[in-house]
Amino acid sequence: MKVLNSTLFAAEDAAEPNPLLPETYDIVWSAVIVVIIAVVFTRYVLPKFQAVLDERSAQIEGGIKKAEQAQAQADKAVEEQERLLVEARTEAAQVREEARAEGAAIIKELKAKANDEAARITETAHRQIEAERQSASVSLRSEVGALATDLASKIVGESLEDSARQSRVVDRFLDELDAAEGAVPAGSSKEA
Amino acid sequence: MILAAAEGHEGESGFHAPSIADFFPPAILFEGTPFELNRVMLVRFIAVAALMLVFVIAARRATVVPGRFQTAVEFVLEFCRKSIAFEILGEERGRKYVPIVTTIFCAILFFNLTGVIPGLNIAGTGVIGLPIVFALWVYITYLSAGVREHGVGGFLKNSLFPPGVPAPLYILLTPVEILQVFLLRPATLVIRLLANMIAGHLLLALCFAATHFLLLEAQGGMKVFGVVTFAGGFAFTLLELFVAVLQAYVFAILAAVYINMSVESEH
Repeated sequence: MKVLNSTLFAAEDAAEPNPLLPETYDIVWSAVIVVIIAVVFTRYVLPKFQAVLDERSAQIEGGIKKAEQAQAQADKAVEEQERLLVEARTEAAQVREEARAEGAAIIKELKAKANDEAARITETAHRQIEAERQSASVSLRSEVGALATDLASKIVGESLEDSARQSRVVDRFLDELDAAEGAVPAGSSKEA
Repeated sequence: MILAAAEGHEGESGFHAPSIADFFPPAILFEGTPFELNRVMLVRFIAVAALMLVFVIAARRATVVPGRFQTAVEFVLEFCRKSIAFEILGEERGRKYVPIVTTIFCAILFFNLTGVIPGLNIAGTGVIGLPIVFALWVYITYLSAGVREHGVGGFLKNSLFPPGVPAPLYILLTPVEILQVFLLRPATLVIRLLANMIAGHLLLALCFAATHFLLLEAQGGMKVFGVVTFAGGFAFTLLELFVAVLQAYVFAILAAVYINMSVESEH
């Protein structure tokens, strides 16, 4: 019964306000509230967030751009390095080629020089030998002549009929010659 | 003070069916003046304080690298911006109306949510004043947007005489459009929100009042039904949470749609 009563009362309450008809104070406070919210939101909260969002996207874009720049620079550096490497390689090859050619030329030149030198030395040696040979033959000839004359005079000084004597003379002559040779220092200086 | 309404009933016993009177509690201050304060107005003040607190603190602390709190707030703002304003109005035109859409969505959401917050238990939008003010804002915005875009004549011609219709039909169509543009759009905005909030409150209050009555005052086996009504109250609380968000979304998206209808050259 209690339940019924209270629901009935609620329904029958003639003074119950119509929810579709606004009270003045309701409108007043609602307007005040909405104005406050609208002002705070449109003047402070939203612009602030917009600024932060803009800054964020700007930073992100800046970061991306910076990264792109860095990438481009790195690419350029790598390219430059490769270019330099290729250059260096060609240059090295060239230098090597030149060095080889130069080395070959030097060797060739040295060889020619050495040949010339050898020829010159041989020539000189030949010439010297020839000169010595000539001087030896000259001195030999004069000595042999002197010896022959000496021997002849000795043979003539003795009697030449006796063959024993003759050989004796010759032997004696040779002994003397040996003796003379034994005393070379005095004899040779005398002869020179 | 918030619990004033509840306390008012404490002396009596028995089952108290919730009624429309819940939305018109006795005055607390300035009774009879245009600045009369009652419980619902105080609930609104609390909602505004919470709204300001959340968004002003978030804005003040806003940094380029957001924290968890800022990310959550930004999610809501981005939702209003992208999913409501830009979605309906297009990015170029929508930019201008992001503030109104965002403000309306966030404010209505907070006022709706007071309906399920224990201790407040009544939606700030459950009394018609607030829906009227919001609808009026939208009304003025879409009318002035239309006039600014097309001039008074152009706007009226565009809205009241939709192109591509045989001339005789205007006899039928134009009165309907007049009703639509000048009365029905704002009125439906107000009533949809208001009715949802009132119905939600009545449902919740009915469930909890019945639970209270059945568990504490009913005899024997009737107490079992108290459990059922409590489960119902739990379910309706969740439903009301959803409705609170949904109605805020609907209000904001319709605001965008009405603005779009006004500024569009042809529809």
